[in-house]
Amino acid sequence: MENQIAVARAKAQQGERLTLQDALALYEDNDLLFLAECARKLKERKSGKNVFYNVNRHINLTNICTSNCPLCAFQCQQGDKRGFVLETEDIAKILEDAKTVKNLGEIHIVSALHPDKDFNYYLNIVKQVKAAMPEADIKAFTPVEIVHFSQMTGKSVEEVLTILKAAGLSSLPGGGAEILSDRVREIICPKKATTAQWIHTIKTAHKLGIRTNATMMYGHIETIEERLQHLITLRDIQDETHGFQAFVSFPFHPDNTKLGEEYHLKRVGSWEDMKMMALSRLILDNIDHIKAFWIMLTMPVAQLALGFGADDLDGTIGEEKIIHAAGAKTKTGITVSTLQKLITEAGYVPVERDTFYHPVADPIAAVKMDNKAEEADR
Amino acid sequence: MYCSEEYKDIEEKILKGERLSREDGLRLFACNDIAWLGNMADMVRKRKCGDYVYYNVNCHVNLTNICTSRCKFCAFGRDAEDKGAYAMSVQQALDVVADAMHDPHLAGLHVVSGLHPDWSFDDYLERLQALHDTYPSLYLKGFTGVEITHFADISGLSIRQVLEKLQQAGLQAIAGGGAEILTDRVRNELCPNKASADQWLEVARVAHSMGIKTNASMLYGHIETMEERVEHLLKLRDLQDKTGGFQTFICFPFLPKNTELGKTVKQTTMWDDLKTMAISRLMLDNFTNIKAYWVMLTVPVAQIALGFGANDIDGTIHKETILHDAGATSPTALSEDNIIKIVRDAGRIPVACDCNFNIIGEIK
Repeated sequence: MENQIAVARAKAQQGERLTLQDALALYEDNDLLFLAECARKLKERKSGKNVFYNVNRHINLTNICTSNCPLCAFQCQQGDKRGFVLETEDIAKILEDAKTVKNLGEIHIVSALHPDKDFNYYLNIVKQVKAAMPEADIKAFTPVEIVHFSQMTGKSVEEVLTILKAAGLSSLPGGGAEILSDRVREIICPKKATTAQWIHTIKTAHKLGIRTNATMMYGHIETIEERLQHLITLRDIQDETHGFQAFVSFPFHPDNTKLGEEYHLKRVGSWEDMKMMALSRLILDNIDHIKAFWIMLTMPVAQLALGFGADDLDGTIGEEKIIHAAGAKTKTGITVSTLQKLITEAGYVPVERDTFYHPVADPIAAVKMDNKAEEADR
Repeated sequence: MYCSEEYKDIEEKILKGERLSREDGLRLFACNDIAWLGNMADMVRKRKCGDYVYYNVNCHVNLTNICTSRCKFCAFGRDAEDKGAYAMSVQQALDVVADAMHDPHLAGLHVVSGLHPDWSFDDYLERLQALHDTYPSLYLKGFTGVEITHFADISGLSIRQVLEKLQQAGLQAIAGGGAEILTDRVRNELCPNKASADQWLEVARVAHSMGIKTNASMLYGHIETMEERVEHLLKLRDLQDKTGGFQTFICFPFLPKNTELGKTVKQTTMWDDLKTMAISRLMLDNFTNIKAYWVMLTVPVAQIALGFGANDIDGTIHKETILHDAGATSPTALSEDNIIKIVRDAGRIPVACDCNFNIIGEIK
């Protein structure tokens, strides 16, 4: 092991590709600040001093879900009083509000697998958003949802994606990957897309020119080897397709979940979060961006992640329901000026981006609007 | 290591174990390469004190929150007639400890209180003596340089005489609070009614000369400049050179909620907290221990701080009140198991200790 650690450390320092054995050795070595230095160096090689954010809105269409995953605190069964479904007129209201946001670049739609809503419901919403906000990119539907659409309609994944793309879909958020191991999925999410289905959907999307993110949910019942193998699997896919834009990791929030209760799970600590942030940056050497998803990590930890290899703080978000159902303590929205301040304090340059990481021309105007909103809040 | 060219000279000094200058300290505060700073501090920590992380199973006893000082950064102090004002009788103080004694591992007490307008020095002594007589097996750490200066003022005794009496009543070590920022500009602005910078340092100097160990602290993230932070660290370092009596250094980020000062000052970021932790470790080259005080930092920051130079995570506390009045979001107590897990997950060895860093029991 000693020797393996020395080899892995040397590779990490040089920014060379890490094998699963290397990754395990670095995990075992547990030298957090060493990993941070290596990760930060690799981050700067990829994106220099830039740190990205975007102005976005999240829309969760429904929380009524047939998948019933033990890992989830968001979903509920039909008839549950917490249940909701957004209809056309609800979406219209959200879009009216979204239109007033300066530079809103992206609408992010992720939902549950509703038992009665057919594919046309989802398709029409994409069309509705596109019609209302032709400038905004639509990032919507995880591979899990796409597989569900395919099963409902009898159409292939490729057909489903082609139809959605024609209606205005720009990219997929990449959620639902959890840990790409069937052993793990059998326990944490037995009824939704399998490892093979998730990978097939992602590869098909990439082939069709639909870019996606890659994700991981860690800190539940997976072994460290399964966790690190998950990252290697994502890297293998990326070698083949080059369709992943960013990687996002989610520490598992056990509160209000069946999985947490059954296995007596606790939220992993901040040490583990930062270690995974740095290791992800180092292992995923072919993915351009590592996102610190502040809504999951809390903003202070997300800012700190900028020292551990992250180069993207996600967005202003507006409304987020899924993670807050699981007891996340962060606010549900943040202003552009706050994001910029946090990035600047970390010694980096804030860059407002669109879905595809193109810089947006005029972030200043958005800040001015923000400041007004902050004043109004007081 | 990977420091930029700009910091190469500082890195060389650190690697050689050379002392950093005031100028170096200022440059470190201007540096945003947090991973490098952390790595440097972690290396120094390893060199100086190995992989042990000290904690204590303790209980805080705050005898009164009625205080004549009314510092602008404080949410704990009150006037006698204010809502929530309290002053414990001898029995009430004993009751707090009786409750904490349900933990069979309880090893010691941390006694820090307000400057009560009507209490004499004897009133404080009486409570201390009662705690000591009733619970002789518990170690007793307490009273800051500010309280001890106050006791000298109200009793007409010298600092040395006050300390002798406290020692006779059972006190074994002195708490590190009240240092805030040791410059007159900051103190005149924020806490004019209590011990000056020189007075605070004098208490530490006298205590050390009597063989009583004390802690040191810094309250940052309010109106102080980076120059003043460095100045503060250097004053502590200078005294430590002379006496060697400081045991641990504690960084307190200012918590703005419910304080006068909080109306204009925002809370520090985790970024600043960890930078300050690392720089403190690097500047205070003659301190063995640097504490990550989880109550103020929050548990997540305190855990990561173990990678930024800290080797002390304070204690279980039983029930913290001073900082929770200022809106601290951390729990008011941590179980020993919890502390052990936090330290283990950071790859380090948790070690229970008393108020003078003597190891208690076996390593878990």
